[in-house]
Amino acid sequence: MLLPSPGEATWIAVAKLDDIPVRAARVLHTETHRIALFRTSNDEIFALEDRCPHRNGPLSEGLVHGDQVTCPLHQMVFELRSGQAVYPDEGCVKRFAVALRDDTVWLDTTAQPAPAVATACRV
Amino acid sequence: MKEQLLLIGNGPAGMRCVEEVLKRAPTRYQITVFGAERHAPYNRILLSPVLAEEKAPSAITTHDDAWFEERGVTHYKGTRIVAVDRHAKIVTSADGRRFPYDRLILATGSRPFMLPLPNQDLPGIYGFRDLDDVAALADEAQYAEHAVVIGGGLLGLEAAAGLRRRGLAVTVVHLCDTLMEQQLDAQAGAMLRSVLEQRGIQFEMEARTCAYVKDEPSGRVAAIQLAHGRRIRCDLVVVAVGIRPVIDLAKTATLDHGRGIRVDDHMRTSDPAVYAVGECAEHRGRCYGLVAPLFEMATACAAHLTASPTQTPAGYAGSLVSARLKVSGVDLFSTGRVQPEADDEVISLTDATLGVYKKLIINNHRIVGVLLYGDAFDAAWYFAKFAAGESIESIRDQLIFGASFVDGGADVAGGAVAALPDDAEICGCNGVCKGAILNSIATKGLTDLAGVRAHTKASASCGGCTPLVEQLLASALGPQAAPPRKTHTVCGCSDHDHAAVRAFIRENAGLTINQVMAALQWRNAEGCAKCRPALNYYLLCAAPADYVDDGDARFVNERVHANIQKDGTFSVVPRMFGGMTSADQLRAIADVVDKFAIPAVKVTGGQRIDLLGVQKADLPDVWADLNAAGMVSGHAYGKAVRTVKTCVGAEWCRFGVGDSTALGIRLEEELWGSWTPHKVKLAVSGCPRNCAEATIKDIGVIAVESGWEIHIGGNGGTKVRVTELLTKVKSADEASLIVRAFLQLYREDAYYGERTAAWLERVGLAHAKSQVIEDAAERDRLAARFDKAQVRAHEDPWSRDAGLPAKQPQRFTDLKAPVPFPV
Ligand code: SRM
Ligand SMILES: Cc1cc2nc3c(=O)[nH]c(=O)nc-3n(C[C@H](O)[C@H](O)[C@H](O)COP(=O)(O)OP(=O)(O)OC[C@H]3O[C@@H](n4cnc5c(N)ncnc54)[C@H](O)[C@@H]3O)c2cc1C
Ligand code: SF4
Ligand code: FES
Repeated sequence: MLLPSPGEATWIAVAKLDDIPVRAARVLHTETHRIALFRTSNDEIFALEDRCPHRNGPLSEGLVHGDQVTCPLHQMVFELRSGQAVYPDEGCVKRFAVALRDDTVWLDTTAQPAPAVATACRV
Repeated sequence: MKEQLLLIGNGPAGMRCVEEVLKRAPTRYQITVFGAERHAPYNRILLSPVLAEEKAPSAITTHDDAWFEERGVTHYKGTRIVAVDRHAKIVTSADGRRFPYDRLILATGSRPFMLPLPNQDLPGIYGFRDLDDVAALADEAQYAEHAVVIGGGLLGLEAAAGLRRRGLAVTVVHLCDTLMEQQLDAQAGAMLRSVLEQRGIQFEMEARTCAYVKDEPSGRVAAIQLAHGRRIRCDLVVVAVGIRPVIDLAKTATLDHGRGIRVDDHMRTSDPAVYAVGECAEHRGRCYGLVAPLFEMATACAAHLTASPTQTPAGYAGSLVSARLKVSGVDLFSTGRVQPEADDEVISLTDATLGVYKKLIINNHRIVGVLLYGDAFDAAWYFAKFAAGESIESIRDQLIFGASFVDGGADVAGGAVAALPDDAEICGCNGVCKGAILNSIATKGLTDLAGVRAHTKASASCGGCTPLVEQLLASALGPQAAPPRKTHTVCGCSDHDHAAVRAFIRENAGLTINQVMAALQWRNAEGCAKCRPALNYYLLCAAPADYVDDGDARFVNERVHANIQKDGTFSVVPRMFGGMTSADQLRAIADVVDKFAIPAVKVTGGQRIDLLGVQKADLPDVWADLNAAGMVSGHAYGKAVRTVKTCVGAEWCRFGVGDSTALGIRLEEELWGSWTPHKVKLAVSGCPRNCAEATIKDIGVIAVESGWEIHIGGNGGTKVRVTELLTKVKSADEASLIVRAFLQLYREDAYYGERTAAWLERVGLAHAKSQVIEDAAERDRLAARFDKAQVRAHEDPWSRDAGLPAKQPQRFTDLKAPVPFPV
């Protein structure tokens, strides 16, 4: 995970860890996007666009299990880490770079995707 | 224009003919099928398991409407043909419609022979031939106590076993001194009789029925009178003494006939444009009463119908028949001679302890008769040798011990089937041989029983050869063979099935979802969206008072007590008990709609009102306002008790005999809030006109003059299923008790995600009855457990004290970025 350097202006603090329910998500509204901030049971934070590539389902309402989320509308499963759909589903979701420092969740506003884990995923 | 091919009679023989014609020449004929029964074609031989409640009536349909539609075949069910005009080539239906034909197939089957005895028309006397007979018998079995079955042949014994399984006392009256004397000898007959006696069936042997006795007040049958003077009291009679081919149409059309409609080897009657197949046909002086010969006839008939004018396809040369009894737990096979004739020899083996008896009749080194009782596993192997007239001289000393012994000792892997030649018949009903099955497995890549059934029809009729087909699969596929019986694994995270997981949870109290997963070695530590909700439910059901519900294991709808919509907004459905509402409730709903600018208001199919398009952040406030007006959550989102629909009932309706609205409200008040394996819907109707549609609900209650009928296991959704009658009670209190006990049985027994309909198809009505009706103590315990679980479940999840909004308000609102930025 990328760590924000305190001096870098592109990173902003968006939430406290406890603003986000465990094994669930909270939506962050920006000017142009709805971003789902996921918190896993071991307090890792991931940020995905809150829109399922299938039919725009709100992933933030999905069931979180391990580091995956199941879309609430038609049950597609995505890797939180890569934004990739889990086999046999296909597709991927746009990711955002997030980082947790102490109790604060930081987000990179330059819209750089987090380092790609799966090469096939286009953002 | 295409030639018109008409089929009269949509039983197994006729339908097989149509299938074979389509297979050979899919476009040659415009085909029209007439069936006098109101049902889609079904597998008649499975009526026995339906009567025994081992199969649902809906499960035996063989050709549904879609089948006909896809093949462009016109199907008139419930349409009896009453006349055939051979000169004009036109048939006429009972309602006067006329249909021209170029070729006509008669496949009118048989009807049961009803003994012409005094009082033979009394209510309560039935044949055992079609679905309506079975439906009537099932109905009667609710109230009848003692049934008499006249006839101790195959059909009579299957009827007796079925009625016995429905809880009736049953007496079989048989003319001879041996049961199934056509197929069994005295020793096998006696063994069969004693097994059936152990199951509570009584026998009156060498007894001739000479009259039915009328019950004066009711006008129904009260007893049968035997020729030697005794009477047997009964309130239900099934006559199974034989069948008669249905040849009325052929007779009036002056076709050649004897006992049946006479046909040549191509199944042509005396009129070359008219064919006859099945039980109604008489071929070389013989009529048949089993399906295997009928299917051979159908093949020969279709071959002739589709041949070019210059071809003469191979004809039908008659069949060797064999019989199996379809009474579960009784393994019995018989073919050829039953009793040795002058220079026959007999090889036999008896093991009284194992209940096994085998007898082979040999003539000139050839098998001419086989009788297997208690262990019919080698039936196909013997039948193959019998049918081929193969010499058994060289294996005579081992013959009686069966295939695996003869062919090199304990060949456990391949089993008896490995020893069979490729042309050995495995499925007698459908005439499928071993080679054909192996070929399909290899070329179509089949891996399970269902696949083999779909592609070859082997084991798809009476099911007697299922173990052999399974063995063939296993030996053909080796280790990658699918397990023979379907298990219900919870999901891909584990190999455990639902039953095993539940058993583990019952035996290990106080665990969390993650602990269960760890203990059962789940492959993913936190499971998935399938197993988390299932485990959460199982844990909740096992310890309703103590388990801390895991909200993260619930689908969003159950987490926020509303239904998510395609655009991410939610719908809210307040409960309207029994479908009743009031001006106050409606006013409150109207105010909520205005206040929160809710875009759509709809009356649902469940007799209540849906508010659609509510913003998530507004949900807690919407609920607060509805709560304030006395309304609670309708659980329209949950695997939970949904609605109890009612009709106006005796309060208002001129036909009503019970206060359905009051009972519906009462039931909904008692049941709401309960979490269940899948959603549960109820309905209460005030009379059998059934305006609340109770017979397609999970639980349907219908008022009758004497009280309430309780029906279960209906479904109006994807696959419509009509309820089965559970019981009849006198009072609303009893109805409530039975409903609560039944619901608890479902809660404790069904797999997560299994509606009552699917569950009942799996476990059978008899299971539910034995727990909820027959065992009063168990019923009370079930109801008590239900009531105990309701103590907590009755909390309205919408209320600020009990629900999620109070505990985790951050679940309902979004975050705003502290500074505007455009990602
Ligand atoms: C609102 C309603 C339609 C309407 O506008 O009338 C409705 C709406 C939905 N039904 Fe239904 N069903 C509604 C009455 C029915 C009925 C009629 C009835 O209850 O008398 C049936 C057939 C009866 C039955 O269930 O046996 C019905 C059979 C289904 C099924 C098929 C169930 C099955 O076992 O085959 C599903 C799918 C499922 O549950 O898996 C379903 C699923 C759904 C879902 C929940 C789809 C979903 O997963 O999102 C729909 C939710 C829409 C929403 O957000 O509100 N709905 N649905 C009805 C709500 C009734 C209520 O007051 O609670
Ligand atoms: C309970 C039971 C169990 C059985 N078990 C076995 C078994 O285990 N193994 C076995 O091999 N066999 C068994 N049989 C026998 C087997 O079911 C029959 O041999 C087979 O159904 C005969 O087929 P069919 O098509 O000739 O006649 P049917 O199945 O009788 O079909 C004829 C159809 O034609 C319709 N029809 C008649 N006249 C008209 C008309 N004028 N217009 C329109 N329609 C008409 C009838 O209503 C009927 O639906 C069993 C039979 C029963 C009743
Ligand atoms: S039938 Fe039910 S599930 Fe289908 S669209 Fe209508 S409400 Fe939705
Ligand atoms: S919208 Fe996500 S699976 Fe359909």
